[in-house]
Amino acid sequence: MNASPRAVRILLPVTMGVLMLAGWEALVRLNDVPSFVLPAPSVIWASFIENFASLMASLWVTLSITLIAFALAILGGVGLAILFSQSRTIEMTFFPYAVILQVTPIVAIAPLILIWVGYERAQLAVLILAWIVAFFPILANTTLGLRSSDHNLRDLFRLYGANRWQILTELQLPSALPYMLGGIKISGGLALIGTVVAEFVAGSGTSTGLAWRIAEAGNRLQVPKMFAALLLLSVLGILIFFALSLIEYLLLRRWHESAVKREG
Amino acid sequence: MTRDSGTPLLSVAQAGKIYDNGTIALSDVNLTLEQGSFVSLVGPSGCGKSTLLRMIAGLIAPTNGAIQWPQDKARPADIGFVFQEATLMPWARVFDNVWLPLKLRGMPRETAREEVMAALSRVGLEAFAQAFPRELSGGMRMRVSIARAMVTGAKLLLMDEPFAALDEFTRENLDDDLLNLWQQQGWTVIFVTHSVYESVYLSGRVLVMGARPGRIIDEIRIDAADRVGAFRDSPAYIEHCRAVSAALRQGAAP
Repeated sequence: MNASPRAVRILLPVTMGVLMLAGWEALVRLNDVPSFVLPAPSVIWASFIENFASLMASLWVTLSITLIAFALAILGGVGLAILFSQSRTIEMTFFPYAVILQVTPIVAIAPLILIWVGYERAQLAVLILAWIVAFFPILANTTLGLRSSDHNLRDLFRLYGANRWQILTELQLPSALPYMLGGIKISGGLALIGTVVAEFVAGSGTSTGLAWRIAEAGNRLQVPKMFAALLLLSVLGILIFFALSLIEYLLLRRWHESAVKREG
Repeated sequence: MTRDSGTPLLSVAQAGKIYDNGTIALSDVNLTLEQGSFVSLVGPSGCGKSTLLRMIAGLIAPTNGAIQWPQDKARPADIGFVFQEATLMPWARVFDNVWLPLKLRGMPRETAREEVMAALSRVGLEAFAQAFPRELSGGMRMRVSIARAMVTGAKLLLMDEPFAALDEFTRENLDDDLLNLWQQQGWTVIFVTHSVYESVYLSGRVLVMGARPGRIIDEIRIDAADRVGAFRDSPAYIEHCRAVSAALRQGAAP
């Protein structure tokens, strides 16, 4: 039993997953649970294969909106944070509104946004809603990060006559990078959540994303299909998380405490 | 081996600093510094040593009085500053950290390469140009910081308790290296420390400061003639240390 810790870290959860699936399958079969209550994993898989084309089309809709909202959230969050860091007045004026936008439940704003944007452009409304949910962690973290640069280094930059732009690009942004990446990692998940929630609110006929597939299948009591769509959403969320973790690791591994490997 | 040229480089004329919260950090400081001298500022915490240093660097403005630069009429653009911590950019390699002062003036990497490598070799770290700060020991990081301070060819070096966080052995090594560099480079050094021994070992003049309000209360001069052989073991060294300690105690007395 001298497996490396790395192998154990993968082996343990995988074994657990296989056992759970087997137990699930067995319980459903032995007790004759109807599939509209709890479908067996094999039935879910069959439904996944059967509805593959429509699920993939929906996945593409949800994925593209999530990614666009996420990209715009990064742009908006970092951009606003930079603006705030340049002027205390601008920050004091606008930061409270960013907070208000963040703390108001997105489900409550959604119908309003939908009416404004128009049901014929529901995708745009979904995009806006996902953006609202996703941009705040990036804004808050980057704002904090830009302010957290070493004050002695700041003095040094001033001593050597650095201008604002140089202080921003050479000192503040690199210092803020770990904070920024932390915010971005949270936002990646939130962009997906925001998209899904907004798709639900947008409702039938207007949106064709995965959330819509779930709602539609639910209405028709096609529970295996609901599970299949749910599975896709989970996989999507996991992929986004891992991709962002990888980017974070690659950017910080050489110098930041959080990513540096310790020996021994 | 003092190289006081007798030419004044800068004078602090009746300078005072009162912070916004009403704290009198410095009061009525007068000081003239000769070119090529090595001057230490010693004193208890809160006596305004760092404030005085930052004022000379131009990082904070005096509330009253002035810093005068008789030769240049204005503060020279090249001042080297070394902080208590090495204060390196953790995301940048050693080379890029030392390049920084030149980069901020618009000098491209390739043009600066020769000067950066020369500064690094003077502190014995040319082999570590591509290392990240976290891969170096505390003493090596401090050397990088010194290399960065000298890369612009600055003649005035301001050091704010630079070796205070290092172990005794590393500190004594760096003290010796600093003295060698000072002689080679023709620097004028202002060295803030709270170590009596370090101040006597390094400098030709020790300015003793007192707190509340921060001011200069005494000055001990160490003759170049005393500084021969194993200075740290000589009776003259111990004598000077006693004098500085006594002055410090006097300043602390109510």
